[in-house]
Amino acid sequence: MPDVIVQAFQQAFQLIFSGNPEFYATIYRTLYVSGVGTLLACTWSIPIAAALGLYNFRGKWVIKGFFSALIGVPTVALGLLLYLLMSRQGEFGFLHLLYTVNGIMIGQAILVTPIIVSFTANALSASDTQIRDLARTLGASGMRTNLAIMRETFWSMILSVTAAFNRGFGELGIATIVGGGLVGETNVLTTSIALQINFGAFQIAMAYAIVLMIIVFAVTLIISIIEKLKQREETLKINYKWFTLRWGG
Amino acid sequence: MQGDKIVALLGVNGAGKTTLLRIIAGLDKPDKGTIQFNDKPKSDAELRQIATLVFQRSAMFNRSVYDNLAYGLKIRGAKDTEIKQRLSEALCSVGLTDFEKRKAKKTSGGEQQRIALARAFLLEPKILLLDEPTANLDPNSAAIIERAILSRKNKNTIIVISTHNLTQAKRIGDEVIHIHAGEIVESAPSAEFFDNPKSEVSRKFIDGELDF
Repeated sequence: MPDVIVQAFQQAFQLIFSGNPEFYATIYRTLYVSGVGTLLACTWSIPIAAALGLYNFRGKWVIKGFFSALIGVPTVALGLLLYLLMSRQGEFGFLHLLYTVNGIMIGQAILVTPIIVSFTANALSASDTQIRDLARTLGASGMRTNLAIMRETFWSMILSVTAAFNRGFGELGIATIVGGGLVGETNVLTTSIALQINFGAFQIAMAYAIVLMIIVFAVTLIISIIEKLKQREETLKINYKWFTLRWGG
Repeated sequence: MQGDKIVALLGVNGAGKTTLLRIIAGLDKPDKGTIQFNDKPKSDAELRQIATLVFQRSAMFNRSVYDNLAYGLKIRGAKDTEIKQRLSEALCSVGLTDFEKRKAKKTSGGEQQRIALARAFLLEPKILLLDEPTANLDPNSAAIIERAILSRKNKNTIIVISTHNLTQAKRIGDEVIHIHAGEIVESAPSAEFFDNPKSEVSRKFIDGELDF
């Protein structure tokens, strides 16, 4: 393994345990921006996905195709568009979002919308058609039937939200163009990596990259573990419920 | 159809048995005509309140057996203690005592079909529709299901069972409705249908000479 990578790993671990406030602030800022950005996107993406995945209407496939196509939009192109809209002369210049954390957050929310919409809509429409029939024949209303389908595809939906978070977490274009990478204000992990490369500090850049990857892996791993634990908990819950009903307690 | 009888819906594959059951269950719309219950036409939503369909390939929520069985009762506002009591009886009636805690999807095909049957029994529907409930099951599971179906007779429930199994129809059916190519070709009491079919199509079907 090249020395630079070994040293980068050493530096990464030194950074993690260094107590460097700016480093921790950057990690916190990155998690905050991508986390809130993803949650913000969920507020409109999941209802859109539910409409696309659970109902049939004219033009549905055009809309689905539109969102699917947007998944691959280059972040620099979106960043540039948002820059023009948020700049002082732009349509949304009065909101003063340029070079702010909120600006990056909104940009990332727009960026990840197609991922949540497409993946969730596909998961809902691909759910076993018998689940719909089953809920209906057991007397469920239209809304309850949709809730039953959504419950059956809950973890697929969580997976799409996780993928969206990871996409926002690792993007550079919007963070650079809309956020400006202002040290201590709007810089996130990806802009910090770019900044360190510009300084020629490849080991520190690599250290940031390692931290970035560790967080992405950790988030996905934690979600998988929660999914497994929830399945186990459901079994434990029913055991408890049954014990309580049978023996009192 | 009358409430104290089991009606066997007979026909070859593709005759229209499942389609008819789905229409009666309010899951599909008929191309023309209406479904009447007590001489009154019923909408799809009304049919779903009085009829319950047990599918040929049993469908299960990805939850415990308890949750699967309790689903319909919870919709109807039943309390936990009532659910627990009725649920035990229903599971017992299909030979699955103490299955509440198991994951429904991890049970065998035969057990899933019995769970589906118990789930339908719990709702005490006015019309119980069974779409080939013993298809692809071993003889033991099929016998348990047949016994469970017979136990529901005379409980003011119209039971309609679709099958292409002639011996099963003869064994448990009081009435037989023979469907071919989407049309009812004969409707008669079971003994009469098998001993003296009036329609040539039905005679050929019983003798195994019917071309698809």
